Amino acid sequence: MTAIDLRELGRLRWRCRRGMREIDELLRGYLDGEFESAPADQQAAFRRLLEAPDEAILAYCLGGVRPAAADLAALVDRMLATAAARVAAAAGEPGSRQNPAGSG
Amino acid sequence: MKDYQFTDHSYDVVVVGAGGAGLRATFGLAQAGLSTACLTKVFPTRSHTVAAQGGISAALGNMGEDDWRWHMYDTVKGSDWLGDQDAIEFMCKEAPAAVIELEHFGVPFSRTEDGRIYQRPFGGMTTRYGKGVAQRTCAAADRTGHAMLHTLYQQSLKHSATFFIEYFALDLIMEDGECRGVLALDMAEGTLHRFRAQRVILATGGYGRAWFSCTSAHTCTGDGGGMVLRAGLPLQDMEFVQFHPTGIYGAGCLITEGSRGEGGYLTNAAGERFMERYAPNAKDLASRDVVSRSMTIEIREGRGVGPHQDHIHLHLEHLGPEVIKERLPGIAETARIFAGVDVNKEPIPVLPTVHYNMGGIPCTVDGEVVRSNRGGGEEVVPGLMAVGEAACVSVHGANRLGSNSLLDLVVFGRAAAKRCTGVLRPNAPHRPLRADSTDAAIARLDRLRNANGQRSTASIRLALQKTMQRDAAVFRTGETLEEGKRHLAEVFDSFAEVKVSDRSLIWNSDLVETLELDNLLGQAVATMHSAANRTESRGAHAREDFPARDDEHWLKHTLCWVDAKGGTRIDYRAVHLNTLTDEVEPIPPKARTY
Repeated sequence: MTAIDLRELGRLRWRCRRGMREIDELLRGYLDGEFESAPADQQAAFRRLLEAPDEAILAYCLGGVRPAAADLAALVDRMLATAAARVAAAAGEPGSRQNPAGSG
Repeated sequence: MKDYQFTDHSYDVVVVGAGGAGLRATFGLAQAGLSTACLTKVFPTRSHTVAAQGGISAALGNMGEDDWRWHMYDTVKGSDWLGDQDAIEFMCKEAPAAVIELEHFGVPFSRTEDGRIYQRPFGGMTTRYGKGVAQRTCAAADRTGHAMLHTLYQQSLKHSATFFIEYFALDLIMEDGECRGVLALDMAEGTLHRFRAQRVILATGGYGRAWFSCTSAHTCTGDGGGMVLRAGLPLQDMEFVQFHPTGIYGAGCLITEGSRGEGGYLTNAAGERFMERYAPNAKDLASRDVVSRSMTIEIREGRGVGPHQDHIHLHLEHLGPEVIKERLPGIAETARIFAGVDVNKEPIPVLPTVHYNMGGIPCTVDGEVVRSNRGGGEEVVPGLMAVGEAACVSVHGANRLGSNSLLDLVVFGRAAAKRCTGVLRPNAPHRPLRADSTDAAIARLDRLRNANGQRSTASIRLALQKTMQRDAAVFRTGETLEEGKRHLAEVFDSFAEVKVSDRSLIWNSDLVETLELDNLLGQAVATMHSAANRTESRGAHAREDFPARDDEHWLKHTLCWVDAKGGTRIDYRAVHLNTLTDEVEPIPPKARTY
């Protein structure tokens, strides 16, 4: 684990800003939940993934395209598993879900 | 304020935002020889336009008969007659040329077997004034926005526009009611930049992040709307917020309307295709507000699906893997990751989710921002323009039709560039800025940067989002909206207690998210107050206590000002019921059924 300074975290957080909510969720979910405690090689893979354009990240995460680099492939698996676990965890909690009708 | 140094820049035009509208304006300006800067807080190809899946509408008639007048009729009806008919005529008439232009630029539209642009049906799009189903929406598979954004960015690079990337626009530079430029923060360097311009074009998108559950990317904080309110200018029709019928239950991620265009349909807990009851003709392809309300009623009346009976099913499994793969390629993976379902075997759990802001910065067909004046008329705000979702022209009125927003971006981005080309002299000299013209903006930045209260930005934002989700919802009542106003006032006041932990200006994401929150708050207040004020139901604004449309009193646009303390003032603009030319008759208001 590598200590990350505030400046670098701010930069990474901003670089997680993408055009699509799906990618935002996957990247931010990993950055906020796993990145700081991840091994250094996975952190390095994440930095590399952030350099990729949206369409590449989308293809890796939702397009069935396997990254050629083994470390990127492992990172994507990890991100998807994290997201899927969040979906499963939320499934039993109606309060955490959307409220269709509002209070009306 | 001695601590802050500026770098000064001068351009003929500064565009803020690099989504579809901003890029279309930028390259039109550069192409015409105007010195043009485009400021954007994220890389242009990361703008939210990239997420538009469904397509772009134009009466090309490739798949059967079509006419731009039918497109206009559908758009006016979709807007529940709040849209300005001159602007809608302009947009629909320009649409075929706009799509052909995109094709020439290189957008890889899906093709028919004989090589023409493939067009699919979409909600609310009809032939012969509501009698048939139109196939009017051109698509590049389910990644139309992505293809358009990349193509427009490539076009911008071909011309000599200057991009300032990862620059966060802080405030407009206003002098005596005239816009002179914009102040921005270079996030990577932590430096401040004063841009002088003959025109500033705001192309900053919508503010979906004001709600807890939305299809918007995190970047959608409507920064231009926040800047406009701080400049003492009003926002228009902010009560009209579109809920997309098919956000994935829980995750909010969008399942495109194109999925219903290709034959997908909704069912309730009894397996009933309930849209047949609410919209006997258009069924699942009725306008978005109609489908969202129908779904909400089904859930409320106990016919929702799932263990908590709190959502609806979207079926694609009958389409077959080939159709899904070919026409809707991203959908299967999105549903698998964010809903945990295999679309070839089971339905997708969906729910109406905030998707689009019909309201925004009031402007003319040429993109010029307008305000009401003392004489009761309206006037152009010198130097300021707006395009895209940030703007309210208004072509979408009380409800936008699917595939009309990509059209809006290119038509009005182009029109704004054309307007500038017509009225501006390239490289005209700029008057010096007044010494105090950025004082208020710098004071705000300084205050937030050093904010040392008790509340985190994230906690205030969450309180805002929960309030908007609960009280600015699919259905509204006077009671819930008054409660929403009270809650929102508390949230607004709590912003004085915000704490920003980092004092630096370099990659200070905490500070930038706080500046974005400030922008969201103003627009949320405008939304809630405008909604409480409008005592009728029209388009996306559904009042249970006033269920009918009331043309006698409310066939008018709302203008809402929000002051520094969260107080509001409301005025109105007339809806343009006239057309632009005599090529089409005005469409008089009538009941809106599908």
